[in-house]
Amino acid sequence: MSLEFWISFVIRIWTFDIKPMNWIRKDLLGLEELSKEELELILSTAESFKEISSREIKKVPALRGKTVVNLFYEPSTRTRVSFEVAAKRLSADVINIAAETSSVKKGETLIDTGRNIEALKADIIVMRHNCSGAAAMLSRNVNLSVVNAGDGWHEHPTQALLDIFTLKEKLGRIEGLNVSIVGDIAHSRVARSNIWGLTKLGANVTVCAPKMLIPPGIEGMNVVVTNNIDFALKDADAVNVLRMQFERDGQAAFPKQLEYFKEFGITEERLEQAEKDIIVMHPGPINRGIEMSSAVADGAHSVILEQVTNGIAVRMAVLFLVAQANEKIKNENTD
Amino acid sequence: MEEKAKILDKDAISRALTRIAHEIVEKNKGTENLCLVGIRSRGVYLAQRLSFCIKNIEGKNVPTGALDITLYRDDLALASGLPIVRKTEIDFDINDKNLVLVDDVLYTGRTIRAALDALIDFGRPKSIQLAVLVDRGHRELPVRADYAGKNIPTSKDEAVEVRLQETEGIDEVVIMKNNDKTQNPK
Repeated sequence: MSLEFWISFVIRIWTFDIKPMNWIRKDLLGLEELSKEELELILSTAESFKEISSREIKKVPALRGKTVVNLFYEPSTRTRVSFEVAAKRLSADVINIAAETSSVKKGETLIDTGRNIEALKADIIVMRHNCSGAAAMLSRNVNLSVVNAGDGWHEHPTQALLDIFTLKEKLGRIEGLNVSIVGDIAHSRVARSNIWGLTKLGANVTVCAPKMLIPPGIEGMNVVVTNNIDFALKDADAVNVLRMQFERDGQAAFPKQLEYFKEFGITEERLEQAEKDIIVMHPGPINRGIEMSSAVADGAHSVILEQVTNGIAVRMAVLFLVAQANEKIKNENTD
Repeated sequence: MEEKAKILDKDAISRALTRIAHEIVEKNKGTENLCLVGIRSRGVYLAQRLSFCIKNIEGKNVPTGALDITLYRDDLALASGLPIVRKTEIDFDINDKNLVLVDDVLYTGRTIRAALDALIDFGRPKSIQLAVLVDRGHRELPVRADYAGKNIPTSKDEAVEVRLQETEGIDEVVIMKNNDKTQNPK
């Protein structure tokens, strides 16, 4: 590309109606380190990408020739498939690695695995890992882009982004909204990422869970804490219902699933008692009859399937932004 | 960069668009099967103005859409600045239409190349024509405009800046000149 082209291009961008805000991170590790403007840039970019999935040809050539490696150390279907669909709609090539069937079983370290993937000339690693901070550690040791698809109890940034995107699409704004997060807050990276993202964008967040599932010090994240579900729903605009993670230690912490449903389950009766028309979100997969009734999951309040659709647009935006920023970093290093 | 010359003022832009609107209607023998697609961001406003002119001439509405070509560029990262992805809004069927693509400045032709790729993903128009407000030369690809508001010979260290009421609050086209030769032009 000739320099002359950019002379004219930049002259044109100077006078754009919206002042462009640049994304400069090669990785997306969490929402904690992002500014409000960066969050808004991802959301507005995702808005532009959403239309692509409604086309007859659901594909654009933006990441043609790029390779995305999905490196999953924990079982995941929806997040992995969502990233895979997102990458393919951007024309990237996608390789899936599940830890159970890879050399990780033979004792390869995370950094060695990352460097081997880099040696294959891949461009982006999308990683799910059971250790908090794994994505950050990997990103420090490789030059390719790292997108955190969930690390331990730490963060799951793209899930929170798609939750926020869906909320914004439904209610037109985030600032000033009352959002309640209900469920296993202690072990939830989805809760943590949502709290970071929502509070930065000006929402009021309430977390609601049985006492043993509220992590100590959570008040420091600028949220209201309650153990009363009706209080959490009272003037909420939206409720994000987390999955009870019985495959972790939820079972031990709260043995009686029916008792949980009785105390904290979202039912139509509870939603009707609330003041507003509450939007119900869930990151999936749903435990029907534990976190919420089937009637709620399939009812008019639920936007659960829209979240899945929006997840593709959000992940396309994230993959595009980190790839673009990394390309720019590489160009500057070779100049 | 500093302003070297004003090429078109408000009235001249208006006259150029009116003439292009007439040429479009003449070449396509009316407005049947006609549609306009503007390239973001200024092409969109120019397309809307052309649509308005055509309505004044023929009394018919011409479907008008907006195209963002960021995802079809031939390079992902720019030497200076990263483009923001904006929405593509073409809410009509472009199959078998005579489609007029609208942009503000025709320069290397690479934007048009990207726009053609993008349009082909939406369907198979009967024809694609190109209307630009300014053609400044220096093509790097075999692209030409079917309708041009003004041909302006420029040197490569100059830049043509189109300012529109909708984006800058004023209608004018100016040539900007880079005076400091030692500095990289921006």
